[in-house]
Parts: sequence; C-alpha cells; structure tokens
Amino acid sequence: MSSDVRFTDFKSDKQPTWCPGCGDFGTMNGIMKALANSGNDPDNTFVVAGIGCSGKIGTYMHSYAIHGVHGRSLPVAAGVKLANPNLTVVAAGGDGDGYSIGAGHFIHAVRRNVDMAYTVMDNRIYGLTKGQASPTSREDFETSTTPEGPQQPPVNPLALSLAAGGTFIAQSFATDHKRHAEIVQQAIEHDGFGFVNVFSPCVTFNDVDTYDYFRDNLVDLADTDHDPTDYDAAKDKILDSSKEYEGVIYKDESSVSYEQKFGVTENMSDIPSGAPDDAMDLVREFY
Amino acid sequence: MPADFNWAIGGEAGDGIDSTGKIFAQALSRAGRHVFTSKDFASRIRGGYTAYKVRTAIDPVQSVVDRLDVLIALTQRTIDENLDELHEGSVIIYDGDRSTMADVEIPEGMIGLDIPLKALAEEAGGAIMRNVVALGAACAVADFPIENLDSALQKRFGGKGEAIVENNKKAARAGLEYVHEEYDHEYDYDLETTDNDYVLLNGDQAIGMGAIAAGCRFYAGYPITPATDVMEYLTGRIERYGGHVVQAEDELAAINLALGAARAGARSMTATSGPGIDLMAETFGLVATSETPLVIVDVMRSGPSTGMPTKQEQGDLNMMLYGGHGEIPRFVVAPTSISECFWKTVEAFNMAEKYQVPVYVAADLAMAVTEQTFAPEVFDMDKVEIDRGKVVDDDSIDEWLDEKGRFQPHALTDDGISPRAFPGTEQGAHMSTGLEHDELGRRTEDTEMRVKQVDKRDRKVETAKATEDLSPREFGNPDSDKLILSWGSNEGALVEALDFLEEDGVDVRFLSVPYMFPRPDLTEDIEAADEVIVVECNATGQFANVVEHDTLTRVKRINKYDGVRFKADELAEDIKATLDAEEDSA
Ligand SMILES: Cc1ncc(C[n+]2csc(CCOP(=O)(O)OP(=O)(O)O)c2C)c(N)n1
Ligand code: SF4
Repeated sequence: MSSDVRFTDFKSDKQPTWCPGCGDFGTMNGIMKALANSGNDPDNTFVVAGIGCSGKIGTYMHSYAIHGVHGRSLPVAAGVKLANPNLTVVAAGGDGDGYSIGAGHFIHAVRRNVDMAYTVMDNRIYGLTKGQASPTSREDFETSTTPEGPQQPPVNPLALSLAAGGTFIAQSFATDHKRHAEIVQQAIEHDGFGFVNVFSPCVTFNDVDTYDYFRDNLVDLADTDHDPTDYDAAKDKILDSSKEYEGVIYKDESSVSYEQKFGVTENMSDIPSGAPDDAMDLVREFY
Repeated sequence: MPADFNWAIGGEAGDGIDSTGKIFAQALSRAGRHVFTSKDFASRIRGGYTAYKVRTAIDPVQSVVDRLDVLIALTQRTIDENLDELHEGSVIIYDGDRSTMADVEIPEGMIGLDIPLKALAEEAGGAIMRNVVALGAACAVADFPIENLDSALQKRFGGKGEAIVENNKKAARAGLEYVHEEYDHEYDYDLETTDNDYVLLNGDQAIGMGAIAAGCRFYAGYPITPATDVMEYLTGRIERYGGHVVQAEDELAAINLALGAARAGARSMTATSGPGIDLMAETFGLVATSETPLVIVDVMRSGPSTGMPTKQEQGDLNMMLYGGHGEIPRFVVAPTSISECFWKTVEAFNMAEKYQVPVYVAADLAMAVTEQTFAPEVFDMDKVEIDRGKVVDDDSIDEWLDEKGRFQPHALTDDGISPRAFPGTEQGAHMSTGLEHDELGRRTEDTEMRVKQVDKRDRKVETAKATEDLSPREFGNPDSDKLILSWGSNEGALVEALDFLEEDGVDVRFLSVPYMFPRPDLTEDIEAADEVIVVECNATGQFANVVEHDTLTRVKRINKYDGVRFKADELAEDIKATLDAEEDSA
C-alpha cells in the first residue's frame, strides 16, 4: 500500500452517465475518499456492484471490480474476500438491488459478517427502470406501477440488519461529503460486515425524498449523546420513524469477522503446480 | 457357479441399511475383492423402502446386474421389491420374530433363513447390532471368511471404543454360527479373498478428491441430493490445504460466492443438481461473459421440477449445453465412471483456467451415490498437472497494457484467450461485467466491438478443439460395423453388456464420449458403421439429437427414464433387440 494514494486514483476515466444532480455522485466520491483515507490503493481494492443506476458505480471507479447480476453483489463480495483476505472489499448497490431482489443475501451477509463494507444508495425508488416503487418507498408514494402507492410499509433496512445480528449499522447522506466519507471509512475499518445505508436522492423520479427533505429531517448522531456501542439505544434510534438519522448507529466492538472465526486467512490464488504432496493420503482414506 | 456375487440389504429408511451395506462392501474390498454398490432410496428420512446392493467379484465390476443371490430382508416389501432379481436358490435372510416379517412369504425355490437377529444381537450386547448379526449370517452363506468383516467393523466402530468393536464381532459370529448350526443347505458361493489392496469410493467423493488434487481452494454450495456428498467430502478436508467451504443461503448465492472467489484468483467450484442449475442460470451468463474460470458440477437426477430427487436421469444435457439467455460459450465435460469423476474434475479446472470459461462437470446420480473399488494407483496424484493459463504478474503485465497504461482483460487475441490478472497485481485493476464490454472490460454497445468480443469468446472453442484431446474412450471390437455411443455413467453397464453380447456372438464397437462441448467429431466413426445406437438415461435422446445434428446421420436410440440406471444384462438384451429390429425391417 502506498501512502501517497489520492482519492482521485480511484476514479476511472469513464464519465458517469448519472443524471446531473444524482446523489450517486456524492456517494461514490465518499467511498473513494474513504478508501484512500484508510490507506488502500486500487490494486488491493475490490469493488462489487449490483444492477441499477447505483450499480454503475463500479464502472466509474478504478480498482479491481465486478459489476454483477441484479441483487447478488454480496455473495460475490464475500467470495472475493474469502479467497483473498488481503483485499479491501466494498459492495455497493441500490435499495431495490439490496432490499428487494437481494434481500435474502442481505440478511445472510449480515449474519455471515465477512469483513467488508456494504453501501446502499437508497433513493427510495427504482431509478434505472424509470421510476417504480422500491422496498423503501413510502406507502403512499405514487409511481407508474403503484398509482396509489405500494400500500405496504417500507422495509427498514437498519432494523433488518440489527435483527440479523449486524455488527456495524450506519446511515449517511450523499451530499454531506466529509461526514459520509468518515462513516464509510469506519465501515471499511470495522472488523466484519460494515453496513451503510446512504441517502442518495434520485432527482429524476423521486420528488418526495429529496435533498431538501433529508436536509430538513436529518439528525446527525454526532450532535447527540448517542453511544453506538449501546445496543438498546441503537434499537430505539432504528425503530424511531419520526426522524432520519445520520452516523454510526450501532457498532459491536466485540465483532469477530467470518474469516477470523474460521481461520480463512490465506490468499487462495497461490497453489502448487501439481497435486499436494500428501494427496495420496486422500486416496488411502478410502481403504 | 456365477463369477460374481450379488447381495443386498433392504428395509425402511432409518433401519441402518446404508451403514450395514457399507460395512459389508468395505469388508469385501479389504479382502481384495472388487465391489460395485448401488442404492435404492426414497426421498424421505424415515420410512420408505431403501436398499443397499453389493456386487462383488475377483475381476473388476462396474455395473449392476439383474440378479440377487443373497438378500437380507428387514421388511416384506424388501422381498417384493426385488422379486425380479431373485432367482431359484437365492437366499433370503430375515428375522421371523420381527413384526414386519411375521407373515413372511418366501417365494418358491428360494431358501429362507429365519434367524432371530434381534435376540442374537441382544445376547451379544445390544439389539442395535441385529444387522451385524445378519452380516455374519451372510458370511456363512457366501463362505466369506468372517475375519474380513472384522476390519470393516473396526473401521466403522473403532471411534466408539474397543468394547463396541468386540461386541459387533461377537454379533457377527452369532449370526454365522446360527446358520451353521440350524441350517444345512448347500450354498453355491465361495467368496475367495486376494492380497490386492483396493479403495472404495463414490463419484461425489471422487469429484471432491479431484477438486482438492487440482488445487481447488474455494467451494460454495447449497445442499441438494445427489450432490451434497461433494460438499460433505470437501468440508474438513479442503481446509488442510488452506481452502474453505461455504454453505450458502441458496444456489444463487453459491454460484456468486464461487464467482467472486474465482475472480480473486482461487480455483473455485460449486456443485448442485438440476433445480440448482436452474437457479444459477443468470449468474452462469455473467461467469461466461466476464470470462471467469469456474467449475460447476451438475449431479443430475430425475427432473423436471423436483421430479424424482433420488432417482437416476441424464436429463440436464440440454440445460448445460443451451441453458441461459443469450449465447454463451461454455464447456461441458462428462465423466463416464467413478474414477473419471476424479480425472475429469481435474481436467475441468485446467480447462476453466486455460480458456477462462465456466465448465460444467456433468455427473449423474448413478455414479455419484454408488461406490466402486479401484487400485489406488488409478488416482495417481503424480499425474495431476495444474495449468493456470495466461496469468500475468507484475512483470509480465506490461505487454497487456494499452497506450494509456490500462490493463486489457478482454484483449482480442488470435486464440480467443485474454490475459488474466489476479487482484493485487500492480496496474492490473480492471472491471469484470456481464455487460458487453471492450478490451478494458468497460461497457460498450459499439456494434463492431460487440461482434469482436462475441467472436473472441467463441474462438476459444476452436482453440480447444485444436489443442485438447477430446477423443472418446473406446471399447469392444474396433472393426465392428455396429457402433454404440453413450455418455456419462452408462459406460460401466455397456462395457459389461459387451461381454454378454460377445457370449451371444454379437460384437460391437462402443465409444463412450466424455466431452459434450466442445465434443469430438464423430462423423467418421458413424460413417464407418452400418448401425449406430445411442444409449442414454433420458426420454428425448438429448445426446442422440446432438449426434444427429453434428453428423447429419440418423441414429437409433435406447432411452431409459424410469429413474433406474441401466443394468448390464438388460442392456445387452436391449441392444440385441434394437439391432434385430434393424434386421427385420431391412
Ligand atoms: C433479474 C433482473 N430483473 C430485473 C432487472 C431490471 N432492473 C434493473 S435495475 C432495477 C432496479 C434498480 O433499482 P435500485 O436497486 O433501487 O437502483 P437505482 O437504479 O434506483 O439506483 C431493475 C428492476 C434486471 N436487470 N435483472
Ligand atoms: S434516474 Fe435517478 S438514480 Fe438514476 S441517475 Fe438519474 S437521478 Fe440518479
């Protein structure tokens, strides 16, 4: 790792095609800053993205990366990390990607607690498919496929994470650049699954959950006496639907990552040029 | 006296059928006899008929036959289910005191040995050993030295303490003596022993062993019959070599985990059966488009849908060849026997990395869950070679950088194979995606680049055809004008069927094809033959269709899709009938 890495080193020369003003710009810049600030460089960083406007993030960054199929970035990211624990792994995607088609993987990735960061660009809508309801859309949020709103309560991803045994649960706001980068950096540095739900407004299809809305309703936990290591306090914040919280909401300081627990510490790309020396023992077991 | 001996134990699931059968098979194998086992099981845990069958001979055995010499029947149903295979003089061992056998009917001409299995077991130390008493009785009937059973009992129960082993030995002897004292039939059997050392393993285990030998370090899977044994084999073993097994939440996760590990540079594998392959289809396309080396084992079972989960079929060939949307280059290798499960898995890893493609290993239930004896040298680990293909490192990467110093993971090359950089390689950072991409891996919809990338990926197939030895395994008379073709686990039954056919004066040439894609060109073989029969375990003749397509020649078909594997003697009859039908209509 070189110490002179700048966050722009994580930028690819491909120009983003996001709508001007999309929250995803800020989200991405924050992730790049967090990576640089935590001492990574593109050659030891692996970014795994989902599908959606949010999923394009891997394309606009420079690192080892996979742009996978819809909803399945988390198992891919876990596979990368377990095969080479020396890498810094960041998974990213949208609220549809993570909490709808990928909801099963989300819960299991939280439980598995592989050491990586997961940033969800939550715009409370499907952007890429042009404005349908997402699992975080409000009950009465009218869209092309839900003219009267989904009429189902939105999922609370923070609560899902806490219930599944999450060891790091945070929320940030794409345009609070410095704060967002700080929070993501903490997620990267956490030993285990660092989950950050990022408010990343869609300026094209969502006229409810806008920058103004978040600015007006956001409470930065740094301005309160919230103690993220206090499980009950975290639970109260997570279940409080009257406000939108920014900051690290819960952090289990005794978290032990999956790799540590199972002793998966080797870079698996190094293998001998033939069968292992003692491989005939594998045959003899069948006597 | 028959050259081989066929034995079975049957009862209800939960009766300990499997472990008892296994002990007997191991005893025979350790006594230097060849063994081939097969299982009949229902898809439930308790209740439901299950049987474990063992065929043994001094010469190698590689299939089942339609014959049963000694049957340990724990239920009346065991007798009913096997009536077809029992014959005049077959011995049926049972416990008349057992409620399920109270009204036992021993078919005409067969020898029933009523043995108080449970009572004798209790005397030896516990009712739980009643199956071992039956094994002792079987030794008496088969004239198999009971000492050979001891070492198998030791292997099975050694972990539970010497006292348990001793009690089991006692139980076996009680069964043996009971037969000697109470019955004075003449039996035709004499199970000689030899000094040969054999190992006894099933196809799933051979696949797992092949994976470790080939340097596989990462496995992710979701349990499914009949592929679960692969995962069970690897668990606890792969770690010794720095590897890891993840039990994923579903097959979607399994293949994605495996894909991630492969991109990180690990030799990586997942195994499943038909329904799991369906779920993996979308990611399969990503694996192929991103040119990720990955081994995917499909241990086929009866479909469609949940079908008959514990029954044999080779119904997924179309799925493996054509499954997934769009057009995807993929390799499909099909082991033809249990030992080939090992070797083809090794080869699958090399092909995956050399060509940067997903490789299906097309196995099936009939070989996955049955065991066979082999001389250990069959798995000679010194012969395992690992070829990682075009991997670049910090020094050799320069050649593959574009004018702006960017790595080109999808460089357009003559052989269709691009360089591969594992994460951590300096200047190697790049994007892998399921989107169509340029040489840098960046999304493109440029019409020219689209065509170039499709052609590049397809070129690998031509390269493989030119480089790999895809020839079939050949058996029978090479000059015969009657040609049999088959794939997968039918090989053993066919090889033995050739012997039966020879006895009847019918000689044929048999090609067992282990590569489904890319496949060998069979045109010349087919043109040289007057009659061609394709044998496979499915209804629509998926391989036969492919052969007809490739060679523009109509073939005859023998298809079995009742859930049961081919039996050598039955198959010989089928082949004769199919050939005769040809003559009649000529
Ligand atoms: C299997 C599958 N189903 C559906 C789609 C279509 N699709 C693409 S993106 C998307 C929703 C994305 O929403 P979200 O994750 O919220 O991301 P956003 O575009 O809002 O950033 C859908 C349904 C797909 N690509 N694959
Ligand atoms: S549609 Fe919405 S989410 Fe997509 S790029 Fe535009 S603003 Fe961003």
